[in-house]
Formats: sequence, structure tokens, C-alpha cells
Amino acid sequence: MTRKVKSPPPFFIRVNPAIEMRGITKKFPGVIANDKIDFAVKKGEIHGLLGENGAGKTVLMNILYGLYKADEGRILIDGKEAEIESPSAAIELGIGMVHQHFMVVPSLTVAENIVLGNAPTKNKVLLDMGKTLNSVKEFCDRYKLEVDLKAPIYSLPVGVQQRVEILKALYRGADILILDEPTSVLTPQEAEELFKAIRALKEQGKTVVFISHKLREVLAICDKVTVLRRGRVVGTVKAGETNTSELAKMMVGREVFFTFNKKQPEVKRIVLKVENLEALGDRGLLALRSVSFDVFAYEILGIAGVEGNGQTELVEALTGLRKVKAGDIQLDGIDVTQAPPSKRIQLGTSHVPEDRQKRGLIMDFSVMENLILGSHNRPPFATSLIRINIEEASNYARKLIEEFSIKTPDKDTPARHLSGGTQQRLVLAREFSRNPKLIVASQPTRGLDVGATEFVREKLVDMRNHGCAILLISADLDEIWALSDRIAVMYEGKIVAVKDPEKTSEAELGLLMAGAKLG
Amino acid sequence: MIRTTRRLLPRKITIIVERYVAKWKALVGLTRRLLLRLSAELKATLPKMLPQIIAILLAFLVGAVVLIITGYSPLDAYEALLSGAFGDIFGIGQTLTQATPIIFTALAFLFAYKCGLFNIGAEGQFLVGAFAAAVVGISFNELPVFVHVPMALAAGAVAGACWGFIPAVLKARLGAHEVITTMMLSYVALYVTGYMVNYPFKAPGWVAQTVLISNSAELPRILQPTQLSASIFVAVLLAGLTHYTLQKTTIGYEVRAIGLNPSAAESGGISIKKGIILALTISGAMAGLGGAGEILGVHRRFIEGFSPGYGWDGLAVALVGGLNPAGILLASVLFGALRSGGMAMTRTTHVPLDVAIILQALVVLFVAAPKLVKYLLKKGGLKWWNSST
Repeated sequence: MTRKVKSPPPFFIRVNPAIEMRGITKKFPGVIANDKIDFAVKKGEIHGLLGENGAGKTVLMNILYGLYKADEGRILIDGKEAEIESPSAAIELGIGMVHQHFMVVPSLTVAENIVLGNAPTKNKVLLDMGKTLNSVKEFCDRYKLEVDLKAPIYSLPVGVQQRVEILKALYRGADILILDEPTSVLTPQEAEELFKAIRALKEQGKTVVFISHKLREVLAICDKVTVLRRGRVVGTVKAGETNTSELAKMMVGREVFFTFNKKQPEVKRIVLKVENLEALGDRGLLALRSVSFDVFAYEILGIAGVEGNGQTELVEALTGLRKVKAGDIQLDGIDVTQAPPSKRIQLGTSHVPEDRQKRGLIMDFSVMENLILGSHNRPPFATSLIRINIEEASNYARKLIEEFSIKTPDKDTPARHLSGGTQQRLVLAREFSRNPKLIVASQPTRGLDVGATEFVREKLVDMRNHGCAILLISADLDEIWALSDRIAVMYEGKIVAVKDPEKTSEAELGLLMAGAKLG
Repeated sequence: MIRTTRRLLPRKITIIVERYVAKWKALVGLTRRLLLRLSAELKATLPKMLPQIIAILLAFLVGAVVLIITGYSPLDAYEALLSGAFGDIFGIGQTLTQATPIIFTALAFLFAYKCGLFNIGAEGQFLVGAFAAAVVGISFNELPVFVHVPMALAAGAVAGACWGFIPAVLKARLGAHEVITTMMLSYVALYVTGYMVNYPFKAPGWVAQTVLISNSAELPRILQPTQLSASIFVAVLLAGLTHYTLQKTTIGYEVRAIGLNPSAAESGGISIKKGIILALTISGAMAGLGGAGEILGVHRRFIEGFSPGYGWDGLAVALVGGLNPAGILLASVLFGALRSGGMAMTRTTHVPLDVAIILQALVVLFVAAPKLVKYLLKKGGLKWWNSST
């Protein structure tokens, strides 16, 4: 039995909630990040804030912490109206936030970091190290958070650094603690430790807001969960009265299903063959564990999975941006496991990167310069030894601007001046016009409006119908669903299942993504 | 005139004259187009350089305060400085002589900078280039000028390139930061060339210098009696070439791509390591060429300590010049003027040369503080500049 409480009216709660945000709206150019959000957290509660990337979780919490100012809406802390202009105002009100990126000084010790900014002093000048250690020690014992106080931060694992961040917030008198995607940087064991610490905080009467997009975690640790989607509250549910598939449904939503005409090929031909692929993540841990799959011509293989389960590493390994530790990658029968990106581009790999501004475009380059990136060193653009044939490039740029309806004043406008959707069109125009055999598209519609999303999806299907093999990685389950011929589910660096979308339910997929083992 | 001549003279001569006129016209046309292009380039650069111009004015203002405090008349000093730098042909010649080596080192800094690298070792690359050119200049006697000069220049460029290649490889392979390695290699260059002119290559006498290079290796002086040499043509040519390379070639494209966004460049199949090595090596070659030009054109021998820090000035000039070749040409003239005018100022008004150096430092300081200049511009009612950036 589930009970949804849609934006609880003020009179519903008798005791003043620790946090109450009413009608919060925050607009960024072109996006409504928060759209009239009502959000309330009871004192002493662990409250999950769940949603996909870009759903508005972090923006909402940054407003609470004073990093952003809401365009509309009110904030009440312990029932009292609060104007939170800056993080220091938030700290004053007893709100602490632990960001995804830690704000610790690596060369200082744990104790020094914890007291940073309000350290006990002798004669108001000298640091009183003895007093510092004592007060911090006492403090750690109270919250049952164990850390070696004299160790310098840089020598500690990430999980412990995070604990220091939490202690720092508590030392400054936080009663409300906001944790932004705290497990995204942790190993499963570290995450378990963190959960213990959070429960201990709850026993001490602290209020915790836990931001996440991982369903299982939220269910494991939270009392209540509020789900956001596209800047709006979908609902608030008690963790004990719901399950992962219901949360997944709320999180992803049932939007319009795009339907596409897909031609079926006569013969199946393998374009990309991946065998026992292993690669390390940025932190040196194994991010891909023996991944094997094939992608055929005239096929879109969708990779479903909660973000951070190895998708990024897979894309980078396939495009030559990340070193492969073991295994084989074959493109059209040619072994490209160790080939550099330039070689792979030449052999027909196109890449629509996850972060178009960081990986996809050179923002200060003109539209034209961006369009020839990757082919700039080959005919027809590089004709003689080193000269770039600007005329050829200009004609090419004009043609693509027309073909992909790139909204730009001219070919010489810097990519920086274009809107997000137009920037993505620019990436697609470049990547799809090279006659690719394989397209690796990572989050191709993230952050785009409906029109641009539709355009990107249509183009992807179009490329498929022209014989491309497409690997589609997306956090948007709808997208995977609508486009894929087959769906592979990734969990903790492994492909745990390959499914036919016609014969699989959304719930089943959600469970696989959450790591559940199905018969 | 020509029409009447044609009627009077025999046909053959008419044809020769017509050909001559046509050639002359073509040459004039080409020069005109080149000049128009250059002036267009400068015109396009000038508005962008408004903050730099403001910075220069500010520097002179603060410099005046310094002069007043130290008991000199700023008006007299600045007058002496200006007339010394631009007052007569001799002054202009000296100014350009001083500007020439800085153009090379500034272009060297610029090229590496476009790849996201801080080559602050132009001084060292300049010195090894100078020394290599001197050695080639000394070693041959019987070569024709048009072989000897290019050979000596090339030797300088190659030596500078090697001096840029070492930190490039250290960076690409081991991740050693180029700021440290290029700077340290500058000291290595300073002392190695110092050793060379004190021992193996020392000319007879008490000065630490080599013997004079052969006549055939000399770059001609173009404005006697000043030391201005044909090296300045090489410098201007190099500025044009740098612009062309950065904007119109695959090398320039890749270098700029890496400098602006290495991640995207990598995704686009550009090898970052290759780009780094190429950019720093070319940068070193540019500085080395400057050193060679200085030896072949001005000093005609390698003298220990002949460079008063042209390499370091290059960095400042590149910044003051707004990090583009046309701006560098203008800024190097300014720095050349401060050097040559400063010397004239010392001679005529007894204001110490240090004032010119203080002015240089102030210019750099104000250029490096764009926010201050922006603020002043805003106060001055020039809001358009703010909106256009």
C-alpha cells in the first residue's frame, strides 16, 4: 500500500518542520530549474531528495544554503521566516552542506580542517592546538564519528575526507545537514560507513537532507523521499511504503513516447565487437568489469543504468580517450583496442559526448572551426601539407548549417554564443556528416528542450536506418525505451542483462538497474 | 606622356617601356594591398587594445608621481624620453633596434601560450640561438652571403628549437611543468654560453666575447649610424607567418584547439602530447631566431651578457600586445622606445635609467589588472567597451 502526499499544505504539519520551502521558483536562462517547489522536512528526519540529473535537486538545496537566490518563494526554518542571502547566513541558521566536491585543505590535519575559521586561540593570536584537539575529540565521540585527528587530509581516503566535511559542518553548529550526492564518490563499503554515521546523526536529533539519484540508497537510508522531475515535485512518499520500481516511475515519469519508423535490415552484420573489456575509473578502481557485447549495423543498442556504473568509462574506452586494461574492441573487424582517437575517427567512429561543452565543442572556436574538428587534418580540408583550405571548410560549414538547421548568425560565430540545443546540433552535424560506421552517443538529449530532443532522436534513428551501428547511453529511461532495438543494463561496471524492449517491463528494467538479481 | 613617347619611339622600345610600366604598376599594387592589409589588421587591433593604451597612460601617470617623489621634473623627463625615442632618425633607429629582439621573444611566448603553455624560458632559447649563430658565423669564411646568413639564422632557430624541445618532452612524457623547466633551462643556457665565451670560444683580450663573425654572415645595417639591422624584416615577416600559421594551418588549428579546450581537442582526434611538443619547439625556434638576428645584425659577435633580458621582455610584450601578432609589433615598439628613450633621458636629464624600467613594470602591472582598467573605463563613461567584451 502506498500513500502519496502531494505538496503538504502548511496546516498538515502541527509541529513546525525543520525546513519548509514554499513555492520556490528559480529560473536560469532558458531553463526553469525549480518550478513552484514545496518542500518540507520534519525535525530529526532523514529526507531523500530524488531525481534525475537536471531535475533541480541541487539547485533547490543551493537556494536553501544561500548559494543561489530564489526568484520566488519563501523559506521557513523551524517555523520562522528566513532570508538566506549567503552560506554564512545559512550556517548562522544551523544549516550545513557537504558538496560533491570537498572543500578541505589537503595539507592541514583533520583537526585543523574541522576548526578552520573558528579555531580556539591563545591570547587571540596563537592557535591553541591542545584545546583544539580536545574539543574536536570530544565532538567526534559525541557523534561516534571516528577519525585520526592528527593525520593530514591528503593522506586519507575519500570516505574519511567526507566524514571530515560532515564534522566541519557539525562543528559550526549545523542542525540541518544537506548531503549532495554523498555516495557518488564512495565505494560500496565506504557508503555503508556513511549510512551508519547518518543514522548516528539522526539519533542525536539532527535533520538530514540526502540528495541522490540512486533508488536503492534512498530507500536504505531515508525516512521519507521527495521526488523531483524537471524542476517540479512529483510527490513525497514514506520510504517504508514504496519500492524501487515505484520510485523509478516517479523519477522518470511517463512522458510522451516518441515513435519512429525503423527499417529492419536483411543481414545482420557486426560493426562493434567488445570482448571482456576492463578499464580503470578516474580513482584507479576497476570501472569496467569484463564487459562484452556486439552492436550490429542498422541497430541502436541502448545502455540503461544509473549513472556512475561505468557508462562514462565505457564511452571513453570505445572512443580511445581512456586506456583499456584488458579485453578487445573491434570496429568492423579491425582491432582498435589501443588505437588513438584520431585513428578511430578515421575508421568511422563518431562520438556525441556526454558533456558537450567540455568534450564536444571548443567554445571559443567558430561554428566552422568546430565543424571540421576531427577532419581538419584530412582532405578536403587539409589539401597541401599543412594549409587548411578555408574556402572548402566554409562551404562545408554553410552546407551543414543549412542541413541541420543550426541557428547561428553565421559560420564565424563562436560556439559559446549559441544556445544549448544549437550547440548539440553543431556536435551532431559534425559527428553525423563524416559517414560514421559507429556512433557512440552519450546522454545526447540531456538538458535540451522538447523540440531539440525530438530533433536529436530523429537524427539518431535516421542514422540507424542508413546502416549505422549506434550505442546509446542515456540516464533517461524513456529515451532508451523509445530508441533502442536492444537494451543492455549496466550495473557496477558490468552488463547484467541484455533485453528486448518489447518483451521487458519498465519495472523489470528499473530493478535490474538497481542491482536486483532476477531469475 | 607615355602615349606621346609611344608615337615617337620605335616599336621595340615601346614594348619594353610598357612592360616596365606594367611591372612597376603590379609592384605598386602589391605593396599597396599589403599595406592596406596590414593597416586593416592594425585598425582591427587598435580598438581591442584600448585597455592597453589606458594602462600605458596610467603607467606614465604613476611614473610621474615616482619622479616627483625622487625630485625630478616628470615633464622634462618624459620630454627627454619621447624625443630620445622618436625625436630624430637616430632615436627611431635605436628604438626599432631595441624592439627587434623583443618581437621574436614575444612571438615565441605567444605561440606556446596559444597551446596553453607558459614558455617563460625565451631568454634561454634566445641565448642558445644567438650562440649557435655566432659559432656558424665564425666557422666559415668563404661562403656567399646568401648561403652564410640563412645558415647562421637556421642554426639559431635549430638551437632555440632544441632548447624548447627539452621541456616539451619533459612535459608531454613526464608531466613536468613547463614554467619550472623552461625557466631553469634559461639559467643553464645563460651559464653554458657564459662558459663557452669565457673559455673555448673566447677572443683574445679581457672581454668575455667571441671573435667577430665573417663579413659574409653579417645581416646588413639598414639605417646607419644606428644599429638597426635587416633582422627587423625577419621579425615582421615572422609576425605575419605566426598569424598565418595560427589561423590558416592544421598546426595552428591543433595548437589553438589544445590551448582552448584540451578535452574536446582530444575527442577530436588531436594528440595533445604531439601538440605540446610541436608548440614549445616552434616557440623555442622563434626565440632562437631572434638571438641569431641580434648577433648577425647588431653585435656581430657573442658577448657575455649582451641580452638585457629580451626574453623576459617578450613575455611582457606579448601580454601588453593583447596576445596577437599585430599587437605584439606595436607593444614591442613601446618597449623599445622605453629602452632607447630611457638611455637618452639619462644622458640629457640625469634621471636614472631605472625610471624607464619602472615605467615598463607599471605598464605590465596595469595590463595585468584588467579589472582596474575596466573600472576606470566605466567611470570614464565608456560603457560600450564593457558591453562589447
